[in-house]
Amino acid sequence: MWRSNWQPRCAAWVVSSRFPLPRLHPLGDAALLCELPPPATLAHQQQIWALGAEVQRWAGVGEVLPGMNNLTLTFDPIAIGIDVLMARVNEAWPRLRAATVEGRRVEIPVAYGGEHGPDLADVAAHTGLTPAEVVRRHSAAEYVVYLLGFLPGFAFMGGLPPELATPRRAEPRTAVPARSVGIGGEQTGIYPLVSPGGWQLIGRTSLELFDPAAEPPTLLRPGDRVRFVVESVQT
Amino acid sequence: MMLVQKPGMLASVQDLGRHGHRQFGICPGGALDVLALTLANRLVGNADGAAGLELTMGGCEIRFETDTRIALAGDGFGARLDGTPIWPCWSIPVAAGQTLKLAGANAAGVKKAGLRSWLAVAGGIDVPPVLGSRSTDLKAGFGGHEGRALRKGDRLPLGATPLDDAQLARRPFGLRGPDWGPGESDSAIALRVLPGPEFDQFTAASHALLWSERWRITAQSNRMGSRLAGAELKRRRTADMLSSGVIPGTIQVPPSGQPIILMGDAQTTGGYPRIGVVIRADLWKLAQAPLDGRLRLVQVDMAAALEAWAGQQRYLAQVAQGLAAAGWPGPA
Repeated sequence: MWRSNWQPRCAAWVVSSRFPLPRLHPLGDAALLCELPPPATLAHQQQIWALGAEVQRWAGVGEVLPGMNNLTLTFDPIAIGIDVLMARVNEAWPRLRAATVEGRRVEIPVAYGGEHGPDLADVAAHTGLTPAEVVRRHSAAEYVVYLLGFLPGFAFMGGLPPELATPRRAEPRTAVPARSVGIGGEQTGIYPLVSPGGWQLIGRTSLELFDPAAEPPTLLRPGDRVRFVVESVQT
Repeated sequence: MMLVQKPGMLASVQDLGRHGHRQFGICPGGALDVLALTLANRLVGNADGAAGLELTMGGCEIRFETDTRIALAGDGFGARLDGTPIWPCWSIPVAAGQTLKLAGANAAGVKKAGLRSWLAVAGGIDVPPVLGSRSTDLKAGFGGHEGRALRKGDRLPLGATPLDDAQLARRPFGLRGPDWGPGESDSAIALRVLPGPEFDQFTAASHALLWSERWRITAQSNRMGSRLAGAELKRRRTADMLSSGVIPGTIQVPPSGQPIILMGDAQTTGGYPRIGVVIRADLWKLAQAPLDGRLRLVQVDMAAALEAWAGQQRYLAQVAQGLAAAGWPGPA
């Protein structure tokens, strides 16, 4: 079961064009990096998504891959030369205001604490909050998926309340259970698969983040707005 | 069907890769040496995109349970079919019951020059495609044969071959494999590199070392990346990097200063500065470069990179023409 109780809905985000031109640099002979100067902001990221949606329509462009504040695109140099591609990106950039990016709302049920979230007490101790208050604040915030990377379906999300920021564990786990919800520094996220990882684990969801047999294969996509819903708390 | 009697160090089903899903965090994977798999497929009458096996450091045994045809590419590892030597880039008829054996990398008489081999079988390995590819994603555990590396006792189904009985039984024939540069087999393998997006963040001394060092390929290398050891590369100042896309061939420099050249199973995004990117036309050499072997990185410009790619495509076109002239089914 992919979707949460909330029906996904399309949010059209009008993107402002008042941004400097991105720095363009080849990444090898068949990929191009388009990079905005720091800081990484949601407004920057919306512009990045809009650029991704635009260039995917161009002949000769293969894949687009949003990063944080940047976009990498692959292309076939026989179909479109890099000079032409770079000129087209620069030309399209100011016109991106009309572009819209589809963002859905996704609710993710979480069993907080106990065996599902073995580091909840450590996060509480670090933040000076009670475990119940950590859960309340984590589940009260709305998060935005900036990009997917690291593992299939792993979402880099913005929006963690700053007071919940907690350093990664000194000793990373060799096998974090799949669907664990964690906090790493100023980020929160969900491990789609069993993998090594150093984030503080505060809970686990019952939703599959990645299913190669599904279309699309990932629960989350760039631009989605995410809320964690308290399913249970063990403190 | 074919039976894996010994998988060797790491054997997996791979095709040309799983493309179009990077933005979901799904790596392209696939045969690390696309050129080798393509040649092997063409030699057995397969489409270029048919799945074959990627074998690591020899030491494997495969028994064929039907009459078929095979081709190896990459390193041969002293391959023998029921005791008869066979060579890379040859198309070999196989009778049901015959066994292909590759010697281990440390076996007597085996030159320690290679790392991987690619095996194509007429009809291709017919595992179900997942997200458009039959490649095994070893990290995420899907695709290929049960989403994992091959084990002793695995039986793999073969697809339908366009070869007729006479073609299947045809005498062995071979073609000229891709050229290594002069001296590359006994000294350092040269990889051509374009400067990466963070090249300018490194010191002038590090730039000089990047091009002058004979980099050693360490045993920590795998399908995610080749980890190199040598001079320490330093940035002029350390600035945190935001997550950004990486592709096979990207040369990342983590804080240790020891570069990593990313390969097909690498993460889709990285957070280390990218000092350079190996050009597409040279990725096959990296896939075959032996552990503990040496690499030289050679700076080129975009025009040279594209000419190298065009040269490789011309070679593949010549292969297709030659096979067609010999009455062999062409790549689809």
